[in-house]
Amino acid sequence: MSFVAHLINGISLGSVYALIALGYTMVYGIAKMLNFAHGDVIMIGGYVVFVTASGLGINPLAAIIVSMAACTVLGVTIERVAYRPLRGASPLAVLITAIGVSYLLQNVALLVFGSDTKAFSNVVTLQNLELFDGQLIIKSVTIVTVIVSIIIMVGLTFFVKKTKIGRAMTAVSEDQGAAQLMGINVNGTIAVTFAIGSSLAAVAGVLLCSAYPSLTPYTGSMPGIKAFVAAVFGGIGSIPGAFIGGILLGVIENLSKAYISSQLADAIVFSILIIVLLVKPTGLLGKKALEKV
Amino acid sequence: MALLETKKLGISFGGLRAVNAFDISVEKGQLYGLIGPNGAGKTTIFNLLTGVYTPDEGAILLDGVNLAGKRTIDICKAGIARTFQNIRLFHDMSVLDNVKVGLHNHYPYSTFEGILRLPRYHKVEKEMNARAMEILEVFGLEGYADYKAENLPYGQQRKLEIARAMATNPKLLLLDEPAAGMNPNETKELMETIRFVRDRFEMTILLIEHDMKLVAGICEKLTVLNFGEVLAQGETQEVLNNPDVITAYLGS
Repeated sequence: MSFVAHLINGISLGSVYALIALGYTMVYGIAKMLNFAHGDVIMIGGYVVFVTASGLGINPLAAIIVSMAACTVLGVTIERVAYRPLRGASPLAVLITAIGVSYLLQNVALLVFGSDTKAFSNVVTLQNLELFDGQLIIKSVTIVTVIVSIIIMVGLTFFVKKTKIGRAMTAVSEDQGAAQLMGINVNGTIAVTFAIGSSLAAVAGVLLCSAYPSLTPYTGSMPGIKAFVAAVFGGIGSIPGAFIGGILLGVIENLSKAYISSQLADAIVFSILIIVLLVKPTGLLGKKALEKV
Repeated sequence: MALLETKKLGISFGGLRAVNAFDISVEKGQLYGLIGPNGAGKTTIFNLLTGVYTPDEGAILLDGVNLAGKRTIDICKAGIARTFQNIRLFHDMSVLDNVKVGLHNHYPYSTFEGILRLPRYHKVEKEMNARAMEILEVFGLEGYADYKAENLPYGQQRKLEIARAMATNPKLLLLDEPAAGMNPNETKELMETIRFVRDRFEMTILLIEHDMKLVAGICEKLTVLNFGEVLAQGETQEVLNNPDVITAYLGS
């Protein structure tokens, strides 16, 4: 029974990774850049909920919406100020900038909120699910996390496939030049991508902090990097890939913690990244880039 | 008044004068050819006309409005659409979706309405589908609507590129070497398509082409470019018999 419990916890953790990975993968797929500040947007999302819900006493659901709005604004601002001026610059310059933005966010949070750990109160206040006469207890936050990320993944897939803006995103991701010549506003489309990715980061932040209720300026950093591993694992640029990669990574991490060694769990996670890159560089669902001759 | 008029258009890349004092005047409904040896600056002119490059000097007048220095999407909205020398469809998207990307600016609904799937989203998407199917039918591509663009035969991909450009509802259509890589049969079909587009939509078409059979077959007027400068301009037959033009192509 404990195996099932570990598995379920793994799926829950994996769902959070999946939500974060969706942000990575969308931005990479469309803007062709790795937004390493993504993990820190999650942390900011967490702090916004902490301040509004615990500090100001707003209803937790409303706090989540405030947090989503704040992260959306933050994401779009980062894109506008830091990344857009670098469009067309070398990928390395953009990557370094993203790392810079990541440290900037961490240090601003340090300055504003201090380095002490904040106790985050769980926003999911439903009853836990008890199965088999209480032998297996599934926390409500676990269930909510899994359901929310499935809904978001499906919704996002529909959005990209079935709406005008989604089509514009796909077009920009395939050929920015041609998209522009067909009248698509490339900068606007990329901004929308950042907005969506960042609002998902807020949701991920809330769920992460509800499951692991401690909040520091570095809270987003490790899950951000692991979600990046998940996105690469699933095939970066692919939405279902990010989801599958996230879930698998969460399960592997949790099972390693339970059965191998909790200290080695992170090492195992990153070893997976190396193995995947060696064996299948495009990830599970990634597309092979065909060179046309 | 001419639909498209350029005045003293010029651009340099470093020390290279790619296009110099380029003047052209295309009447509404005309089928106009831009020819010249490789490297003469033909595609550069297309890139100037569509705002991919900003001209160093000169004016681009579409219906009397100067477009020089405008952004690519504003030029697209003003009514210039193009196809590419090497086909640049959105390969992973369906044939129908490719055309719908071309329709993007003509069917407005907000991102929010798209996320929440409000009634207007359904209504507008339905209209877009219908319009895109109509365009595909005009080009005889309706049977391929659900195909991935990259799975179309080569000739049909060229057609789809024209269909996608037409979806932006242009006043002027630029075709960059539409017959490149085509066999004689495909070229013949392409000539019919181009003529059909002109007649059916009363479209003004400016095309770059190396295939002299196509040029002589459908273009009414020609401009010959050599080393970034206009070498000859006028009625097609007249230009093709011009000794200077023959020298530029074949050497003296």
